[in-house]
Amino acid sequence: MSIPRFWRSIKSRYNLIATKCLSCGGTYFPPRAICPKCRRRSRLEEVKLGGNGEIVSYTVIHSPPEGFDHKGPYIMAVVKLDEGPCLTTQIVDCEPEDLKIGMKVKKVFRRIREDGEAGLIHYGFKFKPRGDG
Amino acid sequence: MRVAVIGVGLTKFGEHWDTSFSRLFVEAGARAIEDAGIDGGDIDAIYVGNMSGGRFIDQEHISALIADHAGLNPVSSTRVEAACASGGLALRSAAMAILSGMHDIVVAGGVEKMTDVLTERTTQTLATAADQEWEAFLGMTFPGLYAVIARRHMYEFGTTREQLAMVSVKNHGNAIHNPYAQFHRKITVEDVLNSAMVADPLRLLDCSPITDGAACVILASEEKAKEFTDSPVYITGSGQASSTISLHDRERITVIDSTVNAGKEAYKRANVEAKDIQVAEVHDAFTIGEILAIEGLGFVELGRGGPATEEGITQIGGKIPVNTSGGLKAKGHPVGATGVAQAVEIVLQLRGEAEARQVDADIGLTHNVGGSGGTAVVHIFEKG
Repeated sequence: MSIPRFWRSIKSRYNLIATKCLSCGGTYFPPRAICPKCRRRSRLEEVKLGGNGEIVSYTVIHSPPEGFDHKGPYIMAVVKLDEGPCLTTQIVDCEPEDLKIGMKVKKVFRRIREDGEAGLIHYGFKFKPRGDG
Repeated sequence: MRVAVIGVGLTKFGEHWDTSFSRLFVEAGARAIEDAGIDGGDIDAIYVGNMSGGRFIDQEHISALIADHAGLNPVSSTRVEAACASGGLALRSAAMAILSGMHDIVVAGGVEKMTDVLTERTTQTLATAADQEWEAFLGMTFPGLYAVIARRHMYEFGTTREQLAMVSVKNHGNAIHNPYAQFHRKITVEDVLNSAMVADPLRLLDCSPITDGAACVILASEEKAKEFTDSPVYITGSGQASSTISLHDRERITVIDSTVNAGKEAYKRANVEAKDIQVAEVHDAFTIGEILAIEGLGFVELGRGGPATEEGITQIGGKIPVNTSGGLKAKGHPVGATGVAQAVEIVLQLRGEAEARQVDADIGLTHNVGGSGGTAVVHIFEKG
């Protein structure tokens, strides 16, 4: 990903900044310019998400894309956050056989990948089991 | 709506290391023109589906390239793109060009050349059908998205690993009778379950292959078609719908709502219902995809896709044969060509020209999905 494209999204990648629509109460992550429910009546403001959620479903990637091919199989999941929105994330600090749908997870700050060509190291969120169900 | 299909053509699907992108398109196009009995000069316009000429062969401006190499200048040529649904979109665009009254004879084609680059590049290119910033960038792959759906489907509905495998076994069995298919090899449930893991729970034999190929159909207005054939197949319904680009933004990840909505539109336009469909080509890029399709299109109830596959209702000879061509899984999946190739199979079935895989049908359906469901296109075909 190009440097400006990554740079634009750092706020949300580091701190889970989302948008909340004051018209309908819906929360959207990543931030949106328009609430898809309220459209012209959207009244959006930024909110910071707490970083707690649960696993909706997951997979173990055995055939990784470029940039992820150095570390063997890794876990990717769809996580539903307590505030409502879902996101796609890597799950760490956990073996695949210990995972289950519905498991509580929390956000951690980690290195995501390196951009070999530009020499840039990308940081952002991953999630790990919360240890309480 | 009524738009006639007066000609169809395909290349063999597979690895065409010695054939160029434009040559593939011309080969399929020439067959379709010959089948229709028209002359190149009869053609008013071309719509071509292509997902990623830019990444696979470093070539954009596909529309001009193929019109030029097909010897059809100065006919208007337009490329349409919606990832793996590009072909279905080309078909719909061509049908709309005729329905508008602007054109009488239009080519709907699709082409993809995927084997000129290494597998990592292909994997990355296919992942561009997902959200680059919030799915692919974080390490999600295209098989990974369908694996996430599959696991949730198994959790919610009790769909089994074996039932997923049965989709692949059935489609490989059908492809044996399709001379244009990439694979002609019978496989077993055990073969699927023992194949390499790609994205747990999906294995290699759950996934459609990397394929070169092209497909073309010639569409004509009802009036114009009479000059060339007494018994065309008609497109009587067309539907297209969008959904979130990211899988995680869907209210339910076990339903592809774009499929449901595109299906509803197509059924309504054709004035038919799901139970009227007698043969279908659906988007089985992954085995779970066919199960999602037969549920989303209303052939079976939500959650019943797995058991229905096991009961054999989607086999040739079953209540609703699905993917008689071998599907994306075994016929091959040159992404931009797939939606058009599906139409070719249904036309052959309705004409009674599907040889050893022939089923008894007057009404057929095609279903083409882009990405994890960001786009879906459905068409209904009826015998004239």
